[in-house]
Amino acid sequence: MSQSALQPNRLAQGGQIDRTHALTFTFNGRSYTGHPGDTLASALLANGVDLVNRSFKYSRPRGIVAAGAEEPNAVVQLGATEATQVPNVRATQQALYDGLVACSTNGWPDAQRDIMRWVGKLGSPFMPPGFYYKTFMAPASMWMTYEKYIRKTAGLGRSPTQPDPDIYDHMHRHCDLLVVGAGPAGLSAALAAARAGARVILADEQEAMGGSLLDTRETLDDQPAAQWLKTTLAALVEHDNVTLLPRTTAHGYHDHHFVTLHERRTEHLGDSAPSQAGHRQSRSRLHRVRAGQVILATGAHERPLVYANNDVPGNLLAGAVSTYIRRYGVVPGQKLVLSTSNDHAYRAALDWQEAGREVAAIVDARTAPEGDLVAQAKAAGIRVITGSAVIEAKGAQRVSAARVAAIDVDAFTVTGKVETLECDTIASSGGYSPVIHLASHTGARPVWSDDIIGFVPTTVAGVTATGGAHGVYPLGEVLADGVEAGVNAATALGFAATVNDADLPRVAPRHEGPACALFQVPHEKATLRAPKQFVDLQNDVTAGAIEVATLEGFESIEHVKRYTAMGFGTDQGKLGNINGMAVAARCLGQSIPETGTTVFRPNYTPVTFGAVVGRHCRELFDPERYTPMQAWHVAQGAEFEDVGQWKRPWYYPQKRRTSEGEGLETMAEAVARECRAVREGVGILDASTLGKIDIQGADAREFLGRIYTNKWQKLAPGRVRYGLMCGDDGMVMDDGTTSCLAENHFLMTTTTGNAAPVLEWLELWHQTEWPELEVYFNSVTDHWATMTVTGPEARKLLTELTDIDLDREAFKFMDWREGHVAGVPARVFRISFTGELAFEINVQAHYAMHVWEALFAHGDKYNLTPYGTETMHVLRAEKGFIIVGQDTDGSVTPEDLGMYWAIGYDKPFPWVGKRALTRSDTRREGRKHLVGLKPKDASVVLEEGAPIVFDPKHAIPMPMAGHVTSSYYSPTLESGFALAVVKGGHQRLGESVYLPMADGRVHEAEIVGTQFVDPKGERQHV
Amino acid sequence: MQRYSGFGLVKHALRHHEDWQRQWRNPTPKPGYDVIIVGGGGHGLATAYYLAKEHGITNVAVLEKGWLGGGNTARNTTIVRSNYLWDESAALYEHAMKHWEGLSQELNYNVMFSQRGVLNLGHTLQDMRDIQRRVNANRLNGIDGEVLDAEGVQSLVPIMDCSKRARYPVMGASWQPRAGVARHDAVAWGYARAADALGVDLLQNTEVTGFKIRDGQIQGVHTNRGDIASKTVGCVTAGNSSVLAGMAGLNLPLESHPLQALVSEPLKPVLDTVVMSNHVHGYISQSDKGDLVIGAGIDGYNGYGQRGSYPTVEHTLQAIVEMFPIFSRVRMNRQWGGIVDTCPDACPILSKTKVKGLYFNCGWGTGGFKATPGSGHVFAASLAKGEMHPIAAPFSIDRFHSGALIDEHGAAGVAH
Ligand SMILES: Cc1cc2nc3c(=O)[nH]c(=O)nc-3n(C[C@H](O)[C@H](O)[C@H](O)COP(=O)(O)OP(=O)(O)OC[C@H]3O[C@@H](n4cnc5c(N)ncnc54)[C@H](O)[C@@H]3O)c2cc1C
Repeated sequence: MSQSALQPNRLAQGGQIDRTHALTFTFNGRSYTGHPGDTLASALLANGVDLVNRSFKYSRPRGIVAAGAEEPNAVVQLGATEATQVPNVRATQQALYDGLVACSTNGWPDAQRDIMRWVGKLGSPFMPPGFYYKTFMAPASMWMTYEKYIRKTAGLGRSPTQPDPDIYDHMHRHCDLLVVGAGPAGLSAALAAARAGARVILADEQEAMGGSLLDTRETLDDQPAAQWLKTTLAALVEHDNVTLLPRTTAHGYHDHHFVTLHERRTEHLGDSAPSQAGHRQSRSRLHRVRAGQVILATGAHERPLVYANNDVPGNLLAGAVSTYIRRYGVVPGQKLVLSTSNDHAYRAALDWQEAGREVAAIVDARTAPEGDLVAQAKAAGIRVITGSAVIEAKGAQRVSAARVAAIDVDAFTVTGKVETLECDTIASSGGYSPVIHLASHTGARPVWSDDIIGFVPTTVAGVTATGGAHGVYPLGEVLADGVEAGVNAATALGFAATVNDADLPRVAPRHEGPACALFQVPHEKATLRAPKQFVDLQNDVTAGAIEVATLEGFESIEHVKRYTAMGFGTDQGKLGNINGMAVAARCLGQSIPETGTTVFRPNYTPVTFGAVVGRHCRELFDPERYTPMQAWHVAQGAEFEDVGQWKRPWYYPQKRRTSEGEGLETMAEAVARECRAVREGVGILDASTLGKIDIQGADAREFLGRIYTNKWQKLAPGRVRYGLMCGDDGMVMDDGTTSCLAENHFLMTTTTGNAAPVLEWLELWHQTEWPELEVYFNSVTDHWATMTVTGPEARKLLTELTDIDLDREAFKFMDWREGHVAGVPARVFRISFTGELAFEINVQAHYAMHVWEALFAHGDKYNLTPYGTETMHVLRAEKGFIIVGQDTDGSVTPEDLGMYWAIGYDKPFPWVGKRALTRSDTRREGRKHLVGLKPKDASVVLEEGAPIVFDPKHAIPMPMAGHVTSSYYSPTLESGFALAVVKGGHQRLGESVYLPMADGRVHEAEIVGTQFVDPKGERQHV
Repeated sequence: MQRYSGFGLVKHALRHHEDWQRQWRNPTPKPGYDVIIVGGGGHGLATAYYLAKEHGITNVAVLEKGWLGGGNTARNTTIVRSNYLWDESAALYEHAMKHWEGLSQELNYNVMFSQRGVLNLGHTLQDMRDIQRRVNANRLNGIDGEVLDAEGVQSLVPIMDCSKRARYPVMGASWQPRAGVARHDAVAWGYARAADALGVDLLQNTEVTGFKIRDGQIQGVHTNRGDIASKTVGCVTAGNSSVLAGMAGLNLPLESHPLQALVSEPLKPVLDTVVMSNHVHGYISQSDKGDLVIGAGIDGYNGYGQRGSYPTVEHTLQAIVEMFPIFSRVRMNRQWGGIVDTCPDACPILSKTKVKGLYFNCGWGTGGFKATPGSGHVFAASLAKGEMHPIAAPFSIDRFHSGALIDEHGAAGVAH
């Protein structure tokens, strides 16, 4: 066969690539061409690029080893622009597209000339496993400096530095049967179940479905396997009940057959998702699948043999060689030596020879291999060296020769003379490891099977592994196994299904001889003296490192892995883990199953953060909640505060003119103006965000009495009461007013942030403790909008708009009335959080804007002033009204707040928190009490969170007596003032305390009562 | 004990690393010990070490049902800080911090305690009040800390979105420069090696299946390898503590929850400090290997399966991408979970029990790694003297009767 001059390793024919189209791509700054159907890896190999990266620890040159998800070396940085960078893409899984730009993740100035290799070369003897635990300790002060340099060598690829231009989405799916893997087992299982009527999802991580059929030498019904694949896929497409998901990796198997699938929708098309008919499409999609049954048809990964210098570029997996030749039309070298422990790998040599390149020898560890493929190789004139193995590769940046010797597998020794065979490629195969990752995500532990020399999965109920995934390898058996799994799953799901052997294609019988268990190949020198024999290529873990770990007493395989970092790479030990266990077992003189088992965790292969996040980012990260008056607030130029999910107006800065010209008020100016408006005229607050819970039922009143600390038996319809709620530890957890709407009907309000937790709290007590009570809760927070009209002029203003009699006697403080406001049905509550005359108007949310505007239309003449949360805070603090969560912190009882009037110790039912309030610590002297603080210097506004001490001269640690919880400047008092908790505060009124600040200043303040304005509470009653 | 040093490494290299000694023995259990520690995590191993080192009690066994350090010690995100709010917890965690600061040298094992600083972000006015309060309290307790505004945060973490465009814009943070991360495995191994060298028997694959109690006094433990006698038993079994307590007829106010963490693929250094946000709920640091180490919140349900639920992971990554939009194309490598023993007040239990000689050290929940040296140190003193160490005393089980809780929930936010 001839080859293209542009792509020296590309065959003129064969493979499933489209030679009529050329794709141009760049790797490490050089431009190459490939074809549709190529992966980046196959295209690099076609172009004769041997060296794709530098290794992590030793900076050794590395080439492509595998053809799929197990690839440890060809981990590249992808992306033509800064925003589209993707770190650590496996070249073997990246479809080639025109304009692809990639580079090696390690190596400076480039992977070829990398200067770190000298550090690796010279330093490697001093870098046994865990060397960093043993050094860099002296002098102690230097560690952060050492670490700085250690960190410089960290990492593979790099993070983008600009935000992602793409979007990602999620799809929730339900199916009867999920089949993972579309090789022969998965295809036949899916088809069998689909024929029985099950709704099936079939997902495969590769660009094309077919798995091993894409590169097999075998025939089905005397046709190339590709033919059967085509018909089977067509049959699946015909079924409406089948969803085919190519390029889709099942990466996590969670409880109850919840499997996450990552579909790469556009990564084969370009750097960034191209738009489709003018619409953005998602770069990738995460399918969250709930399946009735799951079939794992994930196949097996080939294990490389572990021999000296097995990491030099040109060392490949035998199966990968076949894949590159048969699927991509690429022969990754000129002259091959194959080192194997089994028959199956002979394919690589046959494929190689048929591609027109030379096979120097097949080196077989078995003394008398005897299968059909062996005979075929011999018949083809290939030299077969038995009872031997490649013990060492030669070469610097590419294999130049293989050192081959007779070995004694059991005695782990080299028994014969070493022969050096010139070659540029060494393919190896030590057998196959079923891909058991997903099964082990469920917590099921795999078990070792001597028959297949590998771990086979155990599965939880409803999961079946089939084909290579549980150690069944010959094609005929795999197909039959798949059909059986599909039929069994369908039957378990309640569909009528039977195995019909006639449906199975004919596979030419083939005899395979038994494999031998070979993992690490012995060398003439002891492992610790021989050249490095790599077990985990990505993390540079050698057989010697594992031996050292066991010498040092690390006997559990988990310890060995952690001490050496084996299996912690982005390939998660797909190639290396079993070999590593075998080396540890050898060193410890025990069997592999005695050494432990292997655990895999999600993800099977890495998943883009963006895909996991989906649309739950940016503006959709957490929904913003607005009141119906939001647009008005924005138009007024309000500044907003985040309270829970709500955006609340914080203050409304207005234009003002000063000597410096026109500008906006500062926050202090705006708040002072808003405060004065409320105390002197009338202000309005959008209080719609307060939580509102509608409570109904024959036992509603009883329930309130159990949840609140105070009494509810006598609250008559039309009346409102303030309520305090404690946790079962007796600490205040929420407060608010509750109104009696009717005998069995109440409206509870909660703090804005606690609306949902309080509803949950009510449900918790109702559902778990008092299910016998007839009571129902409904959140009505969003249904009602609330506007607080407050200030001496409030009544005058509201009278203009309502049919409710606002007379001070007819509508008393703590009453509520039903009527109309601005022509709209309304509930009006006469409660006050400002200490002024106040009416809280509740109207249905979609009428709210109309009412709000009507209030302003009439309010102009009273200079109706909107105020925000900051002013609300100042006004309520002047009155000593607490904010739960600001003045309390989960360690404050109602008594600590001085709210004895709100505690019904004599209520018949022991309400939530009552018992806790009788404990010794809640009864002790010297608890922290809520008090007011008056700074000695009236111009000082104390810092919220400032510490309070009795003795500011005390040395550090200085005993703390409390802290400032709320602190403001009061335009009414014309001074700063604060609320605080102070030890024994209620007994210390009039005493001085001190506040030592970070800047060295010490403030002095007097402990006073909490009511700074109108302590008798007369203004709210006017 | 073979001492470790850079020079030693060179010597060993010349000998092809063939004569490294075991880091600890694999002894057979003796019939009895002066003290038995149940649980070979960091806390248990540290306790054993300080018993031997500071109290001369060397006839000690650590009983570990699996492999040393294989519980939460091996699974945590390794954040170490001491800026807790309340005096009692500040004293405990700062005691640990002081030990961290010389631990590598003390153990002759580099635990890679890396004081790269921890930021606890504030996103609301209340967050900022709490931060001010905590940093002030820390200052009076002699613990380093600073309140930063959004600009200060941005200059420490240039890659974070500190703009007003964020859903919950960063308003500031508390910053503890002495805080940081450490290498979790090395902590367990370093204590194990040092304890072993002082004569402590580290018994792996040894599971305690019951207690022998006579007349209200502990006599020893039943294990899968036979009975072992001791009149002093300290249980340091994290997520399994309720199970152990149940074997002794005790009821602890603990809930065991799954807690998850995840890592990205290794990246070139992009993040120097530890960033924690309670409000958007995610925390992140970058390891020396380059992985972004990301912690999730606890799963709401109780359980002993060391796996959590996927929505928790999703939510965590949403928070991370919200804070760091540039990480959207970074890829998540691995996730895992541990079982954390949470207390109603988010503080640990270091306590005697009504069974004489039986002690518990548990309830560290989501944040006990940082306490490892301090916890071991005060617990060892308590076991040695039969009286709780003054720093440990406030953490007695009695607080759940008296109500003297130390509520770090509201205060410290994510307690990692
Ligand atoms: C995901 C995650 C992230 C975390 N992040 C942080 C963090 O950033 N910072 C921080 O400070 N903390 C963190 N923590 C918490 C921290 O890991 C723990 O608080 C701490 O490691 C507890 O240490 P330990 O030694 O008590 O427990 P463990 O390490 O769990 O040790 C307990 C040991 O007891 C053994 N055991 C149990 N039952 C028995 C029995 N019957 N017989 C014998 N042995 C038994 C177990 O096998 C285990 O090895 C995190 C935890 C998790 C799970």
